Amino acid sequence: MDYVLLVEQLLNGFQLGIILFLMAAGLTLVFGIMDLVNLAHGSLFMIGAFVGGTLALATDSFVLGAVLMVPAMFVIGILLETVALRTLYRRSHLDQVLATFGLILFFNEATRLIWGPEGLVIPLPNFLEGTVALGAGITYPVYRVVIIGVGLLVALGLYLLVAKTRFGMLVRAGASNRTMAGALGVNIPVLFTLVFGIGAVLAGLAGLIITPITQAATGMGEDVLILAFVVIVIGGIGSVRGAFIAAVLTGVIDTMGRSFLDLLLLLVLPANAAESAGPALASMLIYILMAGILFFRPQGLFPPRGATAIQ
Amino acid sequence: MTHWWTPARAVTALVLVLCAAVPYLAPALDEPFYVIVFARIMIWAIAAVSLNLIMGYGGMISFGHAAYLGIGGYAVAILGFHDITSAWVQLPVAIGLSAVVALVFGVICLRTRGIYFIMITLALAQMVYFLSVSAERYGSDDGLNILWRSDFGTRFFDLEDSVVMYYTIFAVLLGCLLVKWRIVMSRFGMVLRASSSNDTRVQAVGVPTFRYRLVAFVIAGVMCGLAGFLQANLERFVSPDMMNWHRSGELILMTVLGGTSTLFGPVVGAVVFLMLSEILSTITIHWHLVFGPFLVLVVLFARGGVMGLLGSRARHD
Repeated sequence: MDYVLLVEQLLNGFQLGIILFLMAAGLTLVFGIMDLVNLAHGSLFMIGAFVGGTLALATDSFVLGAVLMVPAMFVIGILLETVALRTLYRRSHLDQVLATFGLILFFNEATRLIWGPEGLVIPLPNFLEGTVALGAGITYPVYRVVIIGVGLLVALGLYLLVAKTRFGMLVRAGASNRTMAGALGVNIPVLFTLVFGIGAVLAGLAGLIITPITQAATGMGEDVLILAFVVIVIGGIGSVRGAFIAAVLTGVIDTMGRSFLDLLLLLVLPANAAESAGPALASMLIYILMAGILFFRPQGLFPPRGATAIQ
Repeated sequence: MTHWWTPARAVTALVLVLCAAVPYLAPALDEPFYVIVFARIMIWAIAAVSLNLIMGYGGMISFGHAAYLGIGGYAVAILGFHDITSAWVQLPVAIGLSAVVALVFGVICLRTRGIYFIMITLALAQMVYFLSVSAERYGSDDGLNILWRSDFGTRFFDLEDSVVMYYTIFAVLLGCLLVKWRIVMSRFGMVLRASSSNDTRVQAVGVPTFRYRLVAFVIAGVMCGLAGFLQANLERFVSPDMMNWHRSGELILMTVLGGTSTLFGPVVGAVVFLMLSEILSTITIHWHLVFGPFLVLVVLFARGGVMGLLGSRARHD
């Protein structure tokens, strides 16, 4: 295998990792602080794609659409939190799973009703098309470079927000021990509504950013949601840093496995066996990784400091 | 327990009599379609009963239970694909495979609790799902047709006969209910329930709860694999969609709708869930728009499900 393909796939894996991180960051904070299982986070991914896409088509500018999507998703997230999810905090995980599962059915059907069953195709603006030379004979699509860049910027911003600001300090306190933070006078409900809004924006951004490559479709967030679950389980629930590392790890391993595993298997298996076992094993790779990590570290790689033991 | 005739028991009896009578009732009412509808409902009921064993009594919320439906189903389909149609091979393979997978998955996920448990069972089931999607030889997304139902090698018991098929499903459902009832009432069931309410304390008494929970997890997996075996035979078709994570979610919904931690709740839940979706989907194709919020409301306000409303107390605490 030549190194050009290797580098390209590495970048593709990194890009998938970025998308996963945008999803997982919101999820992990929601879990960490409020102990809430929110399956509807995948719906936010989808809503971001549809709302952002519609705004982009209406304003005739993808960038403007993306910028306008941010406040829109923030409002949608806050509405969802205050109307539907707030009543679920004190309920069991089972109730939370069921209620948010019901919300998924609702949102899927609502988007199908509003945007039709065929989904939404969003063209890329001209300046984002084409490829860019990265040196050493490697060219890579401009838009994918942009995705990676935006993702890294968001990750940096989120890191600064969580690690360096007063708001972030409160968030970390909430993730470590919600009751104690509340007793010390932190307004946990307001804090959480804001965190949820930020999570919604990140999920929506992930959905919108992927849409020019795929397209906006009903239920598009669900596969990503489950991968994001794997990510936060590996990374440790409540840890943004863990989510980032686990997301990149998951993205790279998944992509590399799908491209190269059958070649690797050729070294140890006959050709037809490798050809059929390769894709099967590749699709299972990240779950095996997750199982392996959990076997040795049941709380994930980076559980938040001082977090109470998982019940 | 002063009156033996409670509303919950009346509903139980009614549903069972209805299930038993459908092959005769439906043609008489000129709705022969309902025979297959009820056969499907009973298969889902078996799966929901098996889920309730670990979820309702053991507190293990498996969000990947549909994987065993797929494993049981694919055991039939893949063996059939290779011209092995004997039930004496297919059935042990379906059961054995479900048991082995449940054992491996159980060892991994029973190390965790709460949210972690929910997500890991989901992820592991997703792994099985993607395995079936990537199996090009066995139809990938398109699934696999089954030409012949499992052959028990005797003309007195031939699943190709739709009445035999129906009553086989009914008998398996009754058998699973019996097994579940015996388990829940036994010392084993006591440990299971106790460890779900306070695992540390039970361990402190000296009971190795992990083993108990693992065995329950495997039993539930086998029961659900059996449901998959029946489903593949009934539909003569398997596809990855059998183990789509929506199916696992629906199984949990049925159980909760009927009443968790009740013996018969999951059966009632399956009947209500599938009849409701049957009826709603004839009214509008956008029925999920109503159904989704309905589920949210059920979760929020009708605790204990149908059986709870009928006054049956969950045997939990």
